[in-house]
Amino acid sequence: MSDPSTASIVSTPGAHPTDSAAPATAGQPQSNEKPRGLLADAWRDLRRKPLFWISATLILIFLLMAAFPALFAPGDAVNGSLSRSLDKPSANGWFGYDVQGRDVYARVIYGARASVVVAVLSVLGTLLIGGTMGIISGYRGGWVDALLSRIADVFFGLPFVLGAIVILTTFNGSGSGNSKAQIMGLVIASLIVLSWPVVMRLMRSSVLATKEADYIVAARALGAGTGRIILKHLLPNCLAPLLVYGTIMVGSFIGAEATLSFLGVGLKSPVVSWGIMISDGQQFVRVAPGLVFFPAAFLVTAVLSFVMLGESVREALDPKLR
Amino acid sequence: MGRYLLRRLLQLVPVFIGTTFLIYWLVWAVPGDPFAGKCGERRCPDQYIAFMTEKYHLDQNVFVQYGSYMKNLLQGDFGQTFSQREISDIIMTSYPNTLKLALVALAIEAIIGLGAGVLSGLRRNGFLDNLVLVSTLFLIALPVFVVGFVLQWLLGVQWGIIKPTVSSEMRWSELIVPGFVLGSASVAYIARVARTSIAENRRADYVRTAIAKGLPMRRVVGVHLLRNSLIPVVTLLGTDLGALMGGAIVTEGIFGINGIGRQVFRAIITKESATVVGIVVVLVLVYLVMNLLVDLLYAALDPRIRYE
Amino acid sequence: MSDILVSEQSAPGSGGSGRPSGRLLEVDDLRVEFRTRDGVAKVINGVTYHVDAGETLAVLGESGSGKSVTAQTIMGILDTPPGFVTGGQVRFHGKDMLRMSDEERRRIRGEGIAMIFQDALSALNPVFTVGFQIAEQFRVRRGMGRAEAKKRAIDMLDQVKIPNAKGRFNNYPHQFSGGMRQRAMIAMSLALDPEVLIADEPTTALDVTVQAQIMDLLAELQRERQMGMILITHDLGVVADVADRIAVMYAGRIVEEADVYDLYAKPAHPYTMGLIDSIPRMDEKGQQLRTIKGLPPNLMNIPPGCPFNPRCPMAQPVCREKVPPLLQVGNARASACHFAEELVNRV
Repeated sequence: MSDPSTASIVSTPGAHPTDSAAPATAGQPQSNEKPRGLLADAWRDLRRKPLFWISATLILIFLLMAAFPALFAPGDAVNGSLSRSLDKPSANGWFGYDVQGRDVYARVIYGARASVVVAVLSVLGTLLIGGTMGIISGYRGGWVDALLSRIADVFFGLPFVLGAIVILTTFNGSGSGNSKAQIMGLVIASLIVLSWPVVMRLMRSSVLATKEADYIVAARALGAGTGRIILKHLLPNCLAPLLVYGTIMVGSFIGAEATLSFLGVGLKSPVVSWGIMISDGQQFVRVAPGLVFFPAAFLVTAVLSFVMLGESVREALDPKLR
Repeated sequence: MGRYLLRRLLQLVPVFIGTTFLIYWLVWAVPGDPFAGKCGERRCPDQYIAFMTEKYHLDQNVFVQYGSYMKNLLQGDFGQTFSQREISDIIMTSYPNTLKLALVALAIEAIIGLGAGVLSGLRRNGFLDNLVLVSTLFLIALPVFVVGFVLQWLLGVQWGIIKPTVSSEMRWSELIVPGFVLGSASVAYIARVARTSIAENRRADYVRTAIAKGLPMRRVVGVHLLRNSLIPVVTLLGTDLGALMGGAIVTEGIFGINGIGRQVFRAIITKESATVVGIVVVLVLVYLVMNLLVDLLYAALDPRIRYE
Repeated sequence: MSDILVSEQSAPGSGGSGRPSGRLLEVDDLRVEFRTRDGVAKVINGVTYHVDAGETLAVLGESGSGKSVTAQTIMGILDTPPGFVTGGQVRFHGKDMLRMSDEERRRIRGEGIAMIFQDALSALNPVFTVGFQIAEQFRVRRGMGRAEAKKRAIDMLDQVKIPNAKGRFNNYPHQFSGGMRQRAMIAMSLALDPEVLIADEPTTALDVTVQAQIMDLLAELQRERQMGMILITHDLGVVADVADRIAVMYAGRIVEEADVYDLYAKPAHPYTMGLIDSIPRMDEKGQQLRTIKGLPPNLMNIPPGCPFNPRCPMAQPVCREKVPPLLQVGNARASACHFAEELVNRV
C-alpha cells in the first residue's frame, strides 16, 4: 500500500515505435543525418528544457548546502539565546528566531544535510536491494521468482507511513537512547525496508522484457555466462528507468523523512531537520508563521527539484511523449 | 475464471500472514518490558501482569503467540486493550469514519483528477495542459502533512472558511478539505494517468474509424475514446481506496478525525500492541481484497483479458 | 497543371450515373503537407482524380506516395497537426467538402462516403462488440431503437457473409479471425448505404487465400449497390480484376491514369512500366526479378523536374528541369511524362 505513484511514474520501457504519423518520412533513408542514439536524443531534448536546468541548479545548491552549510549561513544552528526568542526577521537573522532564540535561517540551511543524507542513502539502499532482488527474480524465474515476489508482496502490503511508524517506535521509542547516527540509520533502514519491493517489481519486469530479446538470446548462444549477460546486457537496458525512478524517489524520501520527523518518530533534536522545525514551529504559527513557512518552503523546493529533474529526464527518454 | 479466483485467493493467504506476522513481531517481540509505563508511574500489579501474560501467551515464543492470536481472530475475537476495552469496539467506531474520509478523497480524485486529465489529454500542450502538468507536479511533491497544515491554517485559521477540525458528526461537507488533503497526491497521479491514456488513445485507429462513421464528436470522445482510456484510471482508483485508508494517519491527525489512522497512531505511541495488530489486520485485508477486486474489474473493463 | 484531365477526359465507366452535376466525387489539385520537427514534407502535390457511381477507381502506389493521405483528406480524418491541406478541392456532388462546416462534413461521412481500413483489428474498437459498433450507426444516425438497430446490424453481417451472424453479434473484434474481422469492417462501412466507398488497402493484412475472398466480396457489393469505389493498393495483382480505371501515384502526384486494360497493355509512364515489369511472372521462371532501382524521393526535398527522374531509365536533361504536367495522351488516358506520346505510340 506504500506508494500508488510507482505504477504511474515509471512505465517500463517497451519497444514503442516512434509514432511519427507522417508517412512522408517512411522509407526514406536518404537523409544524410546519422541515426541518433536514444541517449544522445534524450540529451538533445533535455538541453532545451528550462525545467531541467532549474531543477538541476536547485539540486546542486541543495547538495552544496548539505556538504558545506557554513558557506551559506555563518550563524549557529544549534545554540540560541533566549533573549532573541521569536524575534522577527531582521538584518542579522533573515528568517527570524525560534522560541529558543535560534537563528531560523541557519537552521533551515543546516537542515538540508539531514534530509539529503537520509534520502540519498535510503535511495541507494533501495535501488541496491530492490534492484538485486528484481534481477534475481526476473532472471531465475521459477520458484525463486515466486518466493521473492511473495516476500515483496508482504512488505508492499504494509501501509508506508504506518509501517515506518511501527518500525521506528519499536527500535527508536522514547528512552531507547540511540545516538544521532543510530537514529538516522534506523530512519534510513525503515525507508529501505518499506520501499524495495517497488524497485524490485520495476527491475523484474524490465529484466523479463529484455531477457527474451534476440540479442540476449544471441549472447547466450555465443556462450556468455550469466554474470556477463546481466552486467553487460541486462543492466544497461534497465538502468534508465531505474535512475529516473531513483531521482524522483530522492524527492519523495525527503518528504517522507520530514513526515516522520514531523510525527515525532523520526529524527529528533538536536539533529536539525526541516520536519522537526515544522513540527516545533506549529504551535507558534499564529505569532511567528515564519517558523513553519521557511522550513516548509525549503522542504517543498527540495522535493520539487528532485521530482522535476526525474520527470524531465523521463520525458526525454520516452519517445512516446515527444 | 473460477480457478483464477481460487489461485489468487490462495496467493493472498501467505501475503496476509506474512504482513500481519511482521507487524505482530515488531510490536510484541521487541526486547523490553511490555508492561513498562502501562500502569501510570507505578509498576503494574502482578495479578494484571499474570492475566495479560496468560491472555497473550507472553511467556511463549512469538510463533505460538501469533498462532493463538490468529485463532482468536478467526473466531472474531480481536482481544482487549490493556485497559480492558474491546479492540473490535475501537475498530467498529473508528473504521466508518476512515472509510467515509477515504470515499470523499476518492470522489475528489475521480472528479478533479479525471476531469483535469481528460481535458489536458484532449488538448495537449495547450494552456490548460501546462497548468495541469505544473499543478500535479506540485501536488506530487508536497508532503501530505504540509498540504494539510497549510490548508488548515489558511482556510481554517486565517480566512475562517472551514472549521480547522472536523466535528465528531463527520458531516460530508466538513470532509471535503481533509478528503482533498488525503487524496492530494493521488489526484495528481490520476490526472497524469488519464492525460497520458487519453493522449495515447486519441490517435488510435478505432477513434479514426469512429470519426469516419460520421459519429458526432461528443460521441467519439465520450464513448469510444473515454471508454478505452478509463481502464488504467479505474484500476488506479480501485487500488487507491485500499491505500488511502492506510495512509490516513497524517490527515486524521491534522484534522482531528477519530478514524482508524488516529487510533493506530495512538496505539503505537502508547504501545497498545494488540490494538496495533488488530487495526493492521483490517487494513491489510481491505488492501488485499481491493487489489483482487481491481484485477477482476480489469477483466470486466477490457474484454481482451481473460483469466484462465 | 492538371485541369486538362478533369475538363477534357471522359473516363470510361462514368456514363450511367445520370447526376446533374456530373461527377460524384472529385479530388481537384489537392495539396497536403506534413509539418514535422525535422521540416516540411510535401506529401500531396496536386492530386486530381474522380470517381462516379458504379465504377471502381484503383489508386496504385508505393508506401509514401500519398495515396492513403489523399483518402484521409477526403474523409476528413487527416491528423492535424502534422498534416495540413494547403490547396485544392474535394468536391462531393459538386460541392467542396473542404469548405463545408464540420457538421455538414460529418453528415457525409458514413452516408455519403464511407471508408474501410487496412487493419481491422486496430480499426475496430477493442472494448465494444462488433454488433454494437455496427448497430451504433443505425441508432445514432438513423435514430433507431435498440432492437431494430440490432436486427439491421445482423442483416448487415449476413450481407457480408459472416456465418451465424446472429451469434456473432455479441462477439468482440479479437474473437474474430482476420478475414471475418475485415468482413465486419465492411459491414460497418456499408451500414448507411454510402454512395462512395474508400477501401484503403483492404486486403494487405490478410492471408493470400482470404485476400481473394474479400476482394470478390467487395466487388460484388460494389456492383449490387452501384457504389463508386476508390480502391487504394500497392498490389497490381489485386487491381486487375476489380478496377475500371487505375490512377498511379508517385511522390504525391498522379503520374498516370488509364483504363485498366490500356494501362496493362501499354503503360504510358516509365514508372508504371517498372511496376508492371516487376510483377513476378510464371513464364519467366528462373530469371532474376526485375525491380525499379533506387528509392522513392525524400518528400522534404523533392528533386527538381520530374520527381521520378533519378530512377528513370529513360531520363533526359529536360526531365531534370521541367515538371511534366498530367496531359491527355490518346483516348481517355493521361500521363505525366515528357515522352508519354512516344511510349503510347511505340509498337
